[in-house]
Amino acid sequence: MDFGQSAELLARIQFAFTVSFHFIFPAFSIGTASYLAVLNGLWLWKRDPAYLKLFEYWKTIFAVTFGMGVVSGIVMSYQFGTNWSVFSERAGAVIGPLMGYEVLTAFFLEAGFLGIALFGRKRVGDTLHMVAVVVVAVGTLISATWILSVNSWMHTPQGFSIDANGNFVPEDWWAIVFNPSFPYRLVHTVLAAFLTTAFAVGAVGAWHLLKDRTNRQARIMFSMAMWMAAIVTPMQILAGDMHGLNTLEYQPAKIAAMEGHYESHPEGAPLILFGIPNEDEQRIDYAIEIPKLSSLILKHDLNAPLDGLDAFPEDARPPVTIPFFAFRIMVGIGFAMLFVGLWSLWARWRKNIYTNTWLHKAALVMGPSGFVAVLAGWFTTEVGRQPFTVYGLMRTSESLSPVEAPAVGASLVAFVVVYFLVFGAGVFYLFRLFRRPPILEEDHELDKGPHRAAGINPGPAQEDTIREGAHHHGD
Amino acid sequence: MAIDLPTVWAGIIAFAVLAYVVLDGFDLGVGILFPFFPERQNRDLMTNSIAPVWDGNETWLVLGGGGLMAVFPVVYATVLPALYMPIIMMLLGLVFRGVAFEFRWRTARGSIYWDVGFWLGSTIAAFTQGLAVGALVQGITIVDNAYAGGWWDWLTPFTIITGLAVTIGYALLGATWLNLKTTGELQARSRRLAMATGVITLGLIGVVSLWSPFINENYFNRWFGWPTAFFSAFVPVMLAGCAFALWHGLTTDKHLQPFLAALGLFVLSFVGLGISFYPYIVPGALTIAEAAAPESSLIFLLVGASVLIPVILAYTGYAYWVFRGKIDPDEGYH
Repeated sequence: MDFGQSAELLARIQFAFTVSFHFIFPAFSIGTASYLAVLNGLWLWKRDPAYLKLFEYWKTIFAVTFGMGVVSGIVMSYQFGTNWSVFSERAGAVIGPLMGYEVLTAFFLEAGFLGIALFGRKRVGDTLHMVAVVVVAVGTLISATWILSVNSWMHTPQGFSIDANGNFVPEDWWAIVFNPSFPYRLVHTVLAAFLTTAFAVGAVGAWHLLKDRTNRQARIMFSMAMWMAAIVTPMQILAGDMHGLNTLEYQPAKIAAMEGHYESHPEGAPLILFGIPNEDEQRIDYAIEIPKLSSLILKHDLNAPLDGLDAFPEDARPPVTIPFFAFRIMVGIGFAMLFVGLWSLWARWRKNIYTNTWLHKAALVMGPSGFVAVLAGWFTTEVGRQPFTVYGLMRTSESLSPVEAPAVGASLVAFVVVYFLVFGAGVFYLFRLFRRPPILEEDHELDKGPHRAAGINPGPAQEDTIREGAHHHGD
Repeated sequence: MAIDLPTVWAGIIAFAVLAYVVLDGFDLGVGILFPFFPERQNRDLMTNSIAPVWDGNETWLVLGGGGLMAVFPVVYATVLPALYMPIIMMLLGLVFRGVAFEFRWRTARGSIYWDVGFWLGSTIAAFTQGLAVGALVQGITIVDNAYAGGWWDWLTPFTIITGLAVTIGYALLGATWLNLKTTGELQARSRRLAMATGVITLGLIGVVSLWSPFINENYFNRWFGWPTAFFSAFVPVMLAGCAFALWHGLTTDKHLQPFLAALGLFVLSFVGLGISFYPYIVPGALTIAEAAAPESSLIFLLVGASVLIPVILAYTGYAYWVFRGKIDPDEGYH
């Protein structure tokens, strides 16, 4: 029995590890694909070379990210079978077709047109190239739609019956796809992807503005990113709030864990701003609370009763520590994003958005914030679903493959080593790409004035020169 | 007559797996052949020849896996645990080669390491796919719809032979692809490699074909029993035809013919597997009918698949068409 438990724990760690790594890449590529479509559209419309330059700049970054997303995604599609075969067998008839549709409607579309979008401008002409770029962007959104439908069904299952063998049998596909939490989860996740990209783009723009305030391309990308931050962050906070209300309706135990309510509050629940969950004693230590606010936010009534974890059977309660902290990290980052977005509006009004060094430094610091928030949100919702894989119906402990713990352990070690090596290198190369200033060829020409001949400006490192030369053939 | 949905789906899954094998087969083969082309310029051309299409090629693997989970969940849930180690190794191999491909352009000093990663990842992915096929042919222990064997059952002399066969076979696909896409000395070397890997591939196909009927009585009856042998015989006859087309194409310096002939070898070997397996989907353990998901799942996905797969084939064909012809050394894709 102990053996089985360690296999379960190892399999859970392996899944959490590989899915966390994977999720980072689509969170970035969904937003970047749309950004590329906008940039290419602006180039075709205005014929301003600055937009073309930005397209080419982010295209390379997208290619590296997309490659990493594809390979880590293939791992995910097989891990359901290797590590969670009982879950796959029992729920496969419901979630398998949704994933099948993801492949048929999205993966092939992205992959089929990616080559043309990345390398085909000269071969197919501007119009078809634009079509390919848009198709890739739409493909990433379709992909998100199906995968969030699958994921949401695992949280709020409906539209099925259960046969004599305990297998889920689909009865109503409309109900399965459009299950109750799906619309909220989809909107929240896609907006998160856009914000993740906006803050990454904003940070790269800010970095180059800090080095050279006159760089026009850096100005454009910073400005576009800050518009996104200012407009989308409030929408995201609203969407998150609505998603929370939906979770309260269908997964109240998860809300109790996120909020840190071990006990029920019949006369209005306080909002626990911070504290340290104590799972043994079933309470929050050192809690800083605002009375009644939790009830106000969740039920729009100061005195509304709110169930705590004690209202649920002991074997159906999620762990508190991870959802509690992850939720606070996500929300904290959300408000930091809102602050930067509003600050950028203020700076725009004061006409110092391109010269406000403090704003640029803040945007630079916020560069990775989207990734952290996305992962924190993911951990909140997924750990909050425990101890179930299909909420209320199938336990995680019943979902495991009949695979021995040493096999799961060995593969976990292999995944950790390979992922850190491969994706570590990927992040290193991405940062190297970010470091290149987005400069137009004619800007280069200006640089080649006498001051350069005097050797004041050191050229790029030797090896970069070699590779840059090679790249330019393709441009 | 009602349509036999499980058989239709078995056909679609088989098609997806075959599409994966021949398409990713040639781009994995390009990686497997890296040691024979140590020059940086040649390796740049080789990776550029597959850069616009490898991603689409690999998607068929996801359709094969995802489709299996949707329409034959029992197969997915028993075969994957049975092949746990080869599948994990294959995935890690694919991770390495997928990124190595992109990363080798991002560094001058480090590119040699990514070249090794590309070669090693491609080779491991190919070899483990061959192991998996061999393990399926030799049979998987299933009790009460769950895998009941050990986690090293897949490793036998037979599976090592099938692993080698697939690896060398992919190298053949890669060599004939390079013969199609390149010019000059690179093409000449590819042609010689195609000849060598072609001979070895045919030899290994022979070994596996003669060995497998003795593993399972059903296979033996299918190939040597009357009247099925009469129909099965067209496979070796056509294999001989493809072998001739390959040899003829290479010796007379045709560009497309050797590639098509190599694809033919794979298609026929795959058909041969189908002849051995049918009506089983996991030989000796699960039939296609037994393993099928509820009808509601089969119909729901079939509605989309019957429209979308032709569309996918059309735009995939278009993407290949856009990047048709010999690789121009001056027009890299990176």
